Amino acid sequence: MPKTILPDTAENTAWRRRPWCCFGALFLLLLLFLLLNLLAGSSRMPAQEVFAALFGPASDSTAFRIIRNIRLPRLLAAAILGGGLSVSGYLLQSFFGNPIAGPFVLGISSGAKLFVALVMIFSLGHNLALSSAMMVTAAFCGAMLSMGLVLLASRRLRSMALLVVCGVMIGYVCSAVTEIVVTFADDSNIVNLHNWSMGSFSGIDMQDVKVLSLTVFTVLLLSVLLSKPMTAYQLGETYARSMGVNIRRFRMALILLSSVLAACVTAFAGPISFVGIAVPHLMRSFFRTAKPILMIPACFLGGAVFCLFCDLIARTLFAPTELSISTVTAVFGAPVVIWMLLTRKRGTER
Amino acid sequence: MTGEIILSAEQLTVGYGKTPVVGEISLHADAGEILCLIGPNGAGKSTILKTLIRQLKPLGGVILMEDAPIADMKERDLAKKSAAVLTGRVDPELMTCEEVVETGRYAYTGMLGILSAHDRETVDEAIRTVGIEEIRERDFNRISDGQRQRVLLARALCQEPQLLVMDEPTSFLDIRNKLEFMGILRRLVREKQIAVILSLHELELAQKFTDRIACVKDGVIAEVGSPEEIFTGQTIRTLYNVEHGSYDSLYGTVEGERNDAPPRVFVVGGGGSGIPVYRKLQREGIPFATGVLPENDLDLPVAGALASVVITGPAYEPVSAERADEALEVLKRCEKAVCTVKSFGSVNRENRRLLDYAAEHGLLENVKK
Repeated sequence: MPKTILPDTAENTAWRRRPWCCFGALFLLLLLFLLLNLLAGSSRMPAQEVFAALFGPASDSTAFRIIRNIRLPRLLAAAILGGGLSVSGYLLQSFFGNPIAGPFVLGISSGAKLFVALVMIFSLGHNLALSSAMMVTAAFCGAMLSMGLVLLASRRLRSMALLVVCGVMIGYVCSAVTEIVVTFADDSNIVNLHNWSMGSFSGIDMQDVKVLSLTVFTVLLLSVLLSKPMTAYQLGETYARSMGVNIRRFRMALILLSSVLAACVTAFAGPISFVGIAVPHLMRSFFRTAKPILMIPACFLGGAVFCLFCDLIARTLFAPTELSISTVTAVFGAPVVIWMLLTRKRGTER
Repeated sequence: MTGEIILSAEQLTVGYGKTPVVGEISLHADAGEILCLIGPNGAGKSTILKTLIRQLKPLGGVILMEDAPIADMKERDLAKKSAAVLTGRVDPELMTCEEVVETGRYAYTGMLGILSAHDRETVDEAIRTVGIEEIRERDFNRISDGQRQRVLLARALCQEPQLLVMDEPTSFLDIRNKLEFMGILRRLVREKQIAVILSLHELELAQKFTDRIACVKDGVIAEVGSPEEIFTGQTIRTLYNVEHGSYDSLYGTVEGERNDAPPRVFVVGGGGSGIPVYRKLQREGIPFATGVLPENDLDLPVAGALASVVITGPAYEPVSAERADEALEVLKRCEKAVCTVKSFGSVNRENRRLLDYAAEHGLLENVKK
C-alpha cells in the first residue's frame, strides 16, 4: 500500500522544526538572564571581578562573598523554583482540563504558606533549628490540605470559574490565618516572616539550593514520565480510560507532583502569583502545541526565564529597596492571563 | 455469514450507583457484524454501552471478551481488544487531527509514548481508511462535526480492536455524513471482521446498515432480531410509544398525526402523486378523503396514515364501478376536490368520473405547487 507522504512544503517542515527553534530561543534567553542576574545588583561590580569570583579560587574578598553566597544561590533558586512553579501550574491545568488552574489561584500556595508560617513560628519560639527539609514537608502538608479542599469543591462545582473562585477564597482564608499568626508572633520573628510571606528569592543559601534542586528535578523527571497518559487525558477522562490509562493512579500522581512542586517553591520563596498560569499559556502559544512531552521542559525553561527576569526587576528597579517577587510577577503575569481569557473565548467557542 | 463471538454478556444488569437501569441483558457481538441498540431516550442504551467497555461497573452478571471476563483484564489488554467512539464533547487544546488519532496507540507504545515505525503505519492506515488525509494537520477544534467523528473513528481503529463500541456516532451529522460514516463502518466490518456494537436514533440507518437490532425499553431488552424481524408491524410503534403520528416500517418513513374529522377535501390520487398533497393537508390540519386507490398503490401507506377516509380497491384489478360510486358519495359531501393524476388509463377509468363530477359542480381546485 502506498504510504501517505505529506508534501514537503516549507510550512510542513517549519511545523516540525518549530519546537527545536523555540527550545533554542528559550536557552539563549535563559543564558542571557542568568548573566544579567549575575552582573546586576545593588553593589556595582565590573564583569571581570564577577567572573573571577565565580570561577576563581575561594577568597575572602567582598566580591567573592557577594557572588558566591548571595547572587549565585539567588539566581539558581529563581530559575529552578520559577521553572518548578510553572510546571506545577501546567500539571494542574492538565488535571482540571482548564488553562486557568494554577497553584496560586487554587489556594495551594497559600495553604503551603500557612503551614510553613506555623512551623516557623513554632520552631523559632522553641529555639529549634529549622531545616529546609522540614519546611518543604510542612509546605507539602499545607498544599495537600488546600488541594484536598479544592478537590472536594470540584466534586460539587462543575464550572471551572466557580472552582477558581472557591480556590481564591481558600487562599484568602489561609492568608488571613497566616496574618493572624504572624501578628501574634514575637517581634523578632516578624521581619523574617513578613519578607518571606510576601514572596522573595532573597536569603536562600547554597544548602537550600541543593535541597530545592534535588526536589524539583526529581519531580520534573517523574512528570515527564506522566506525559504519555497526559496526552491521552487531553481527550477527556472517558477516552483516556478506554485507551488503558489507570485514571485513579494517574490523577493521584498529577496531584502529588504538582503539590510537591508548589510546596517546594512556597517553602523557599513564599507564594508567587501568576507564574503557574501565565508561563504555560505563553509556552503553548509560543510552541503552538500542547504535547506534554514538549510542554513540561518548555514550561520549566519558560518559568526559569520568567522568574529570573522578574527577580532582576524586583532587585534592581528601586535598588537598594527590593520589591516582592509577587508584585513583579503579577505586573507581567496578570495581563497575560487576561489576554488568555479574552483570546480563548474566541478560539474554542464555535 | 457472521463469525465467532467476540463479546458476550450474560444476565447483565447495568446502572448507576445502586440503581439498575437495564437488567437481564443477554447479548453477544459477533465478528463481522453490526449490532445496534435502539430504543427511546433514557432507555439505558448508553448505560449498556458504557458497561460493555468497562466505564461503568455492572450491577450484576458477567461480560466475557473471548471467554475471559473483562472485569479481570488489565487496562492495557482491554484497550487492545475494544475501542470506543463516545458521545460528549472532545476539545483538546492545540491538537492536530493526526495527534488525536495517534493517541489510539496508547496501549502499544512505551513509557514515553513515542511511536514506532509500525505505530506510524497503523496511524496512516487508519487515517486512510476513514478518508481524512486532507485534514490530518488541521487543528481538531476547527473541523466539522462529520470530520470529528471520522477522526475519532480513526483513533479507535488505531487500537486495532476486535470490538468497536459507539454511542450514537451519527447523531450530529448531516445526511451525507451519516451515510458516509455508516458506509465506512460497513466496509470495516466486512474487511477487518471486527464486531461493532452501536446505538442509533436514526431508525432508517438501523434498518439499512445493521445486522442485528436490540430494542431497549422499560428496563429490559425487549426484543433482538434482524432488521427484517424488527421492522415489521407494530414493533417500532410500541417500542417508541408512537401515539401522535405514525411510522411506516417498510419504508422507514414517519408521518404526522391523522385528522379523523369528516373529510372536507377529496383527493383523486394514485401512483405516488397524492403524497405531497396528503402531507400538505395534514400540516394545515384539513381532514380529507382519497380514492379509489388499489391496495398496491404507492399512495396507500401515506394515505392510510393521514386520510380520514380511504376508499381502496383490490390490487392488480381495474377500479370497479361500485368502488367509484362509493368514492363519489364521499366526494359529494366534501367542499373541495383536488386531482393529482394526469391521466387515468384503462385501469383507473372509473376514477375519471370523480374528476368529471368535481369539475361540473365547481369543486375542483388546482394543485398548488
